[in-house]
Amino acid sequence: MAGPKLSGATRRRAATGSVVNRADFRGPAARDAAYRGLPPIRSLGGRDRIGFGRSSRRGVWRRLLDIGGRIFGRGSPLRQMDWILLAAVLALAAIGVMLIWASTDPNRTSAADPFLTKQVVSLGIGLALMAAVSMLDYRQLKLYSPIVLTVSCLGLLAVLTPLGSVVNGAKSWISLPGGFQIEPSEYAKLSIILVGAMILSNVPPGEQRPSVRAVAKAIGLCAIPLVLVVAEPDLGVTILMLALLIGMIALSGVKLRWLCVLVVVGVAGLVAVSELHLLKSYQVSRLTSFLHPSADPRGTGYSAYQSKIAIGSGGLRGSGLFHGPLVAGNFVPEQHTDFIFSVAGEELGFLGSLLIIGLLGVVLLRAFRIAQNADDQFGMLVAAGVTIWFAVQSFINIGMTIGIMPVTGLPLPFVSYGGSAIFADMIAIGCLQCVYRRRSVFAS
Amino acid sequence: MIPASRHRLAAIAVIVIGLLAVLGVRLWFLQIDNKKTYVSLSAQDRLRTIVEPATRGEILDDTGQPMVQNASALVVSVNMAVVGQQANSSAELSSLAKVLGISDQAMKDRVRLCTVGVKPPCWQGSPYQPIPVAQNVSDQVALQILENKTQFPGVTANTQPVTSYPQPIGSAAAQMLGYLQPITQQEMENLKVPVTGFAADDLVGQSGLEAQYDKELRGTVGVDQVSVNAAGQVTSTIKNTKPQPGDDLVTSINSKLQVATEQILGNAVQSAQAANPDANSGAAVVMTTTGRIVAMASYPTYNPSVWSGGISQAEFKNLFGTGNGEPILERVTQGQYNPGSTFKVTTLAAGIKWGDSLYGSYNCPASLSVDGHTFDNDFGNGGAMSLHQALVLSCDTVFYNIGYQIWQHDHPNDNTVTSPKAPIQFEQKVEMEFGFGKSTGIDLPDEDVGTIPTREWLYYFWKDNAHNGQNWCKYGKANGSYVQQIEFDDCKYGNVWEPGQAIIASIGQGYVSVTPLQLADAYAAIANGGTLYSPRIGEEVISQSGKVEQKITPPVVGRAPASPQTMAYIRSALQGVVTSGTAAGTFGGFPLGQVCVAGKTGTAQVFGKNSTSVFASFAPCNNPKYVVVVMIPDAGLGADFSGPAVRNIWDALYGLQGQKAALPGGRLPKVPFINYTGQIVTTNPSPSPKPSSTPSAGTGATGGGG
Repeated sequence: MAGPKLSGATRRRAATGSVVNRADFRGPAARDAAYRGLPPIRSLGGRDRIGFGRSSRRGVWRRLLDIGGRIFGRGSPLRQMDWILLAAVLALAAIGVMLIWASTDPNRTSAADPFLTKQVVSLGIGLALMAAVSMLDYRQLKLYSPIVLTVSCLGLLAVLTPLGSVVNGAKSWISLPGGFQIEPSEYAKLSIILVGAMILSNVPPGEQRPSVRAVAKAIGLCAIPLVLVVAEPDLGVTILMLALLIGMIALSGVKLRWLCVLVVVGVAGLVAVSELHLLKSYQVSRLTSFLHPSADPRGTGYSAYQSKIAIGSGGLRGSGLFHGPLVAGNFVPEQHTDFIFSVAGEELGFLGSLLIIGLLGVVLLRAFRIAQNADDQFGMLVAAGVTIWFAVQSFINIGMTIGIMPVTGLPLPFVSYGGSAIFADMIAIGCLQCVYRRRSVFAS
Repeated sequence: MIPASRHRLAAIAVIVIGLLAVLGVRLWFLQIDNKKTYVSLSAQDRLRTIVEPATRGEILDDTGQPMVQNASALVVSVNMAVVGQQANSSAELSSLAKVLGISDQAMKDRVRLCTVGVKPPCWQGSPYQPIPVAQNVSDQVALQILENKTQFPGVTANTQPVTSYPQPIGSAAAQMLGYLQPITQQEMENLKVPVTGFAADDLVGQSGLEAQYDKELRGTVGVDQVSVNAAGQVTSTIKNTKPQPGDDLVTSINSKLQVATEQILGNAVQSAQAANPDANSGAAVVMTTTGRIVAMASYPTYNPSVWSGGISQAEFKNLFGTGNGEPILERVTQGQYNPGSTFKVTTLAAGIKWGDSLYGSYNCPASLSVDGHTFDNDFGNGGAMSLHQALVLSCDTVFYNIGYQIWQHDHPNDNTVTSPKAPIQFEQKVEMEFGFGKSTGIDLPDEDVGTIPTREWLYYFWKDNAHNGQNWCKYGKANGSYVQQIEFDDCKYGNVWEPGQAIIASIGQGYVSVTPLQLADAYAAIANGGTLYSPRIGEEVISQSGKVEQKITPPVVGRAPASPQTMAYIRSALQGVVTSGTAAGTFGGFPLGQVCVAGKTGTAQVFGKNSTSVFASFAPCNNPKYVVVVMIPDAGLGADFSGPAVRNIWDALYGLQGQKAALPGGRLPKVPFINYTGQIVTTNPSPSPKPSSTPSAGTGATGGGG
């Protein structure tokens, strides 16, 4: 990223290794504000406002063009997006659409595959959500995070009422009229990231780390959606949320010994869960059956076993899109959602699978860069949280399709079929984009 | 950013890259390293193979009449593994019984398993195998069952090959035809057949022609390979090969003569039984002098349809038990009997080869004494005579002397056998050159070879029984019973080729044993001038489209060790046996003017039993076309039981005394063929204008396949 021309003073400061941001170039007031951690007044590229404030007599078309110019014009927030990240996400989504098509309509018999249509529509909405979120100043996200937490917790509560519908033994969906369904746990992941980042980024002046009180507060707040998800019960989301919470606390800079205590408590919690039989029997068998998949290929290990066969039989190049015999025979249950990777493995082979993992790697590495270069601790924690989310979820999902992780109901980000997941994923990308726009220029 | 955060961020980035690498490595392991495993597991998942059995080929007689018939029929089967799990299984069975038009009780009897205490009818097979409860059902009945799958879970109706045995030929040729049984896992491995080539209930020939020509008769099963989805529904057909019906086997067996031979043999054994209750078995064989089997009967026989649908324990015991004379045995190739005097022809050939004069004079004393043992002639002192007369009158002492004389001078130092490599005796070598003591190579499995007591054989016999087996040294006593004395003797001297053994071997007794087929084959060689054939029952293998896949000709396997002159001399002597010798009475009144029969009686004495009654013959005398041999153990004189049987068989063959000729004029029918419509064209022997004539060489064997 080529930065604007720097003054001599800035160069010197850069040389000393201090954090420098764009606010530096706009006068001492802004600089001071930045150092105090307060949101500076935004002022970008001469255009000072976004919106429809300016009245005009030049007609609707002219006005629309004007809006378009602002959105896509020089200096617009969209122009300052991380295009590599976006390209990788779009590539994953495109591969996902093809795989969903191949798995739900392998013979391409129906004129319009409803799954395909729905996924494309979801992606469109998701991209719009991403664009909208990315245009926000990320510090505004702080303001929204309590709202996101509250709404997603309400959603999780609603799931537990008769409004929720049971899928695969877990009550995790709310059915809406018109055949739509919402999975609140997807948004709960987001809420943990935002709330966690908001609280943990609150470093007292002169300190190097958040206070113990703040950590406790973060744990306390995040425990609300966590407990609700455990009640569903959704094991995958529970594991993911715990990973997010621990990861973000670790990144917030708490002392190592606190971190150790946290991990010990976490492990003790897991032991307690298994010893006190808090898990339902189907969950226990799901969790352990991946260790011996062929012991009961028609029972709990069925999905994992079939998925392994599908992926293994793909070989180097795979059978070709729409030509996977196991896909056609619907041998892997949930192959368009949680087990979408098995379709990739069989039809696109090792090369196609590596491409997906590679694209996920690009997304994750870009997200790391964004976290690294984030303007402040909040931005870093949001970006890092999103990174941990996608990394853990991708690993658990792909891991379960290739027999190294237990079967849990986590979709593959951007690829699996499902509106709620796509929306949440895209909003998270939007968050990354808006952190990216206010990055520090000279960070490592 | 807080420094601690920066380090930890880097640490998490490393962990994430590590996780992605783990995924990549695992994918390599699954998709590249173990691709083969998963490709085959994938195929197992989604491919199902449905095997459609092929209709087995038929075994035809020389005119194209089936001896074993195979047809496809609609068979209703009940899978008790499924039906038994239904709550209302008995209701299902009784409504099925109604559809099939049988009683509830009959249905219950058919599907119950033959366990201890359950008497037939019951199911002999595996409880997991569908049990056929009705064969040859109509299409309507089959449809009624197939359309009510919910009413009849576990019940199927499909076409299955059904084997039937037309009677009386089926029973008359039971042992030769053999039988079919479901292939076992063991057999699949032994036969090295591809497992997909056989359904679990596929039948395989287990003996007789069914086993010998199993590969040709079996055909190729049809294989439907279909792909199924996870729910098990067929989504597409990947491969569809129709079953190829098996080829038919045309044999040279003449059904009429086969049935007649079997009846004649049965009557002969029964008349022997009237004289001696122990007589309960026998064998008869009719073959051409060029090695084609025309009829071969083994008594007792059985109806091979007992094998269909699983044999019962009682039937099995009846077939394989000695109590009923082991009807399962094909005695023509598996019966081993002393040939008695019929063996004298080989002794004569050996003597001539040794240097004796064919036209010399031989003394026929009342007995011969060697080493304190006395060997009697059957009819006292016969005085000096020619070899011709020695055969006609069957003088034992003439042939004793030939054997003794050879024994005295044939490597006498090797008569104490200390090694299996000791040289074969001169006389026994001649016998083996006539085809005795070794397999004839006939196209039937499990042929026995009889015994020619060569020095090698003697060595192993002694080795096997001196201290093991019969354990002569343990049971023998110097002054015990006759058997114990022999055992005592054998323990000490069992490896010695004693003169006594050589002497009685010369008249086909003692250690010597032959199968009826070997005897017939040797007589065929004498009759045809010296060519030894490996006999054949099969004549042609023809495909269902009529193509001759294989022509089967009896191969020449050797030459009889005698000059044409000697052969002619023997033939002439054997003609005299029938006209004026030991068989003259038997053939009294036989129209020898129409068909001249030559032969030799044999009455082999067996210790502790009645003599084996043997008769070996050929006809016509001057241009022999056929050989007929009958052997009936534990019966009596050759002229009394086997002789009349042979006479009756000749009668049936030529139709001489009011009987209808099986082979008019002694001509073989033309080989049947399959015409363009797929029908077998049966041929009938053309009536001969001059049945009494003995046509010139070759014409009598029209279509014999040369």
